[in-house]
Amino acid sequence: MDVLLQQIVNGLVVGSVYALVALGYTMVYGILQLINFAHGEIVMIGGLTSLFAAKGLLAMGAPPLLALLVAILAAMIACAVIGVLIERIAYRPLRNAPRLAPLITAIGVSILLQQLAILVFGRNYFSFPELISKAPIVFGHITVTLNEIVILLTSFGLMAALLWLVHNTKVGTAMRATAENQKVAGLMGIDINKIIAITFAIGSGLGAIAGVMVASNYGQAHYYMGFMLGLKAFTAAVMGGIGNLWGAMVGGLILGLVENVGLIFVRGDYKDIFAFVVLVLVLIFRPQGLIGERVAERA
Amino acid sequence: MAGMTGMLQTRRNQMIALAVLGVLLFILPFAAGALGQAWVRILNMTLLYVMLALGLNVVVGVAGLLDLGYVAFYAVGAYTWSLLASAHFDLHYPFWILLPLGAFLAALAGLLLGTPVLKLRGDYLAIVTLGFGEIVRILMNNFDKVGLPWSDESYNVTNGPRGITGIDGLNFFGFKISKGLDLFGLQITSLQLYYFVFLAFAILSIIGVSRLQHSRIGRAWQALREDEIAAKAMGINTRNVKLAAFAFGALTGGLAGGLFASMQGFVSPESFGLLESIMILAMVVLGGMGHIPGVILGAVLLSAMPEVIRYAADENMQQKIFGLVLIAPEVLRNLIFSLAMILIMLFKPAGLWPSPEKK
Repeated sequence: MDVLLQQIVNGLVVGSVYALVALGYTMVYGILQLINFAHGEIVMIGGLTSLFAAKGLLAMGAPPLLALLVAILAAMIACAVIGVLIERIAYRPLRNAPRLAPLITAIGVSILLQQLAILVFGRNYFSFPELISKAPIVFGHITVTLNEIVILLTSFGLMAALLWLVHNTKVGTAMRATAENQKVAGLMGIDINKIIAITFAIGSGLGAIAGVMVASNYGQAHYYMGFMLGLKAFTAAVMGGIGNLWGAMVGGLILGLVENVGLIFVRGDYKDIFAFVVLVLVLIFRPQGLIGERVAERA
Repeated sequence: MAGMTGMLQTRRNQMIALAVLGVLLFILPFAAGALGQAWVRILNMTLLYVMLALGLNVVVGVAGLLDLGYVAFYAVGAYTWSLLASAHFDLHYPFWILLPLGAFLAALAGLLLGTPVLKLRGDYLAIVTLGFGEIVRILMNNFDKVGLPWSDESYNVTNGPRGITGIDGLNFFGFKISKGLDLFGLQITSLQLYYFVFLAFAILSIIGVSRLQHSRIGRAWQALREDEIAAKAMGINTRNVKLAAFAFGALTGGLAGGLFASMQGFVSPESFGLLESIMILAMVVLGGMGHIPGVILGAVLLSAMPEVIRYAADENMQQKIFGLVLIAPEVLRNLIFSLAMILIMLFKPAGLWPSPEKK
């Protein structure tokens, strides 16, 4: 029972990070019907940028908390800029192309970003400085760290903020309108290109924060960290119902929980299979995802 | 060369073009052999990729079902061969059992994957096939200790990440390809012999796929791709037609997998990752989905290009041009490769050589 509780807590922490990354996938998908394969790499760049920014600031004698905040900011800006650039260069010209064309450029961008990360940062595993205490805190039978608590609270805060943004602001309304029908939204005076760019900026910013969280939680970052994380997050987004914000969050949390709780019953070697087995099971019974609506079949 | 056939008017000229192509394909392994046996191996891998791309093209290009886990079928074929013709279990079955068996098991895996995902469309299908590919790879990695997941007692089936070594080569009724051949003083290496075997299989697949594409079921696949609901209304049994596409694509992949294992003599799960599936998909899309010459072009280009860049961009070359090594050759190769992928798609969204009937 204690093990179960502990794994539920661990699962929530991991799952909330999955959820943040999944939001990036689902926002882009909702508007462009595009699997943004490069999103995992955005997370990686967020992790590596924040790592080097934090290290540099600490070396200059900045207090850890300030270093952390500046590092997150730097990662968010870097990722938002890269995300918008990717959309402008690699996706926008292909908006009316055959469906698989942007998928292939997305894969190309993903490889390209990995190689650029090797050039800029190197191919080592870099260790992330301990900016928030990782000393274990014991609540009854459960052990957590302050770092994990901060991750959990921050991601839930960000998710709430995103929902508020999408449902209660002008930009959010424009985003929903664009997702609903680009042409009509354009006729209503919405600058489609601007809204799509904003969507990429927000998704990438969330990805950057997720990258910082992963790097700080595992204490390291390297150029390949985005791949499996991106894959799992995308799985989560599909499981929840892609294009749906709630779906991405629920999918991410469920995936994190299933992976960690499953570890109690099955050897760790099989951990990476859970994600996909659960996905297949969910989609067999709910082909549209847990929360998703049936997307109209496009001719 | 094949591109010229379309322009040539008469049947006689077509025959000449085919003959020239045949002679070129015959000389190719010897020309490559003069540069080094590594180049012959690259040729052989290119032929395998042609087979794989043609198989995936049936699923993605013709039937319009996005499959991101295609390499799993390649793996099934390769592991069928490796387990039943190697020192691992000390089994040594002949090729005429193993190649059909591998293809059959791969097709079975195709049906296994196809059945639960029949209702899924588009990107949902993509992610499930991707998951299937990953599941197969992880199972290969972990089946060095097969047992109930919660117990410690286990058997070594796939030898896990270390892979299987000492795999038998192709062996035609006593004639061992791996020994090479001395044909009246002309030395033909074993890799060059493999080339001819692979070429034969690649040509067979080309013929098979193009015949199939223009058959009743081929037209049903195209109808499915264009509009599933309309296809259903026209009386096409979409369930069976979809399953047939999965099974046929898988069959080709399984065949290529067996050939791969026989040439390589070593397989490990590392050869069957997601990136491999993505590469094969990129060949299909970059070349021109649903168009056989385009798909072949894509396969040749994407499998040969990294090797040529590797040769052109190595340290010596950079040393000569810039006087120092600016970028690690491996990184430079991937950089150029990914840029080429992006640029080709940006300028040729329908692929380099799309099928003419589509606008």
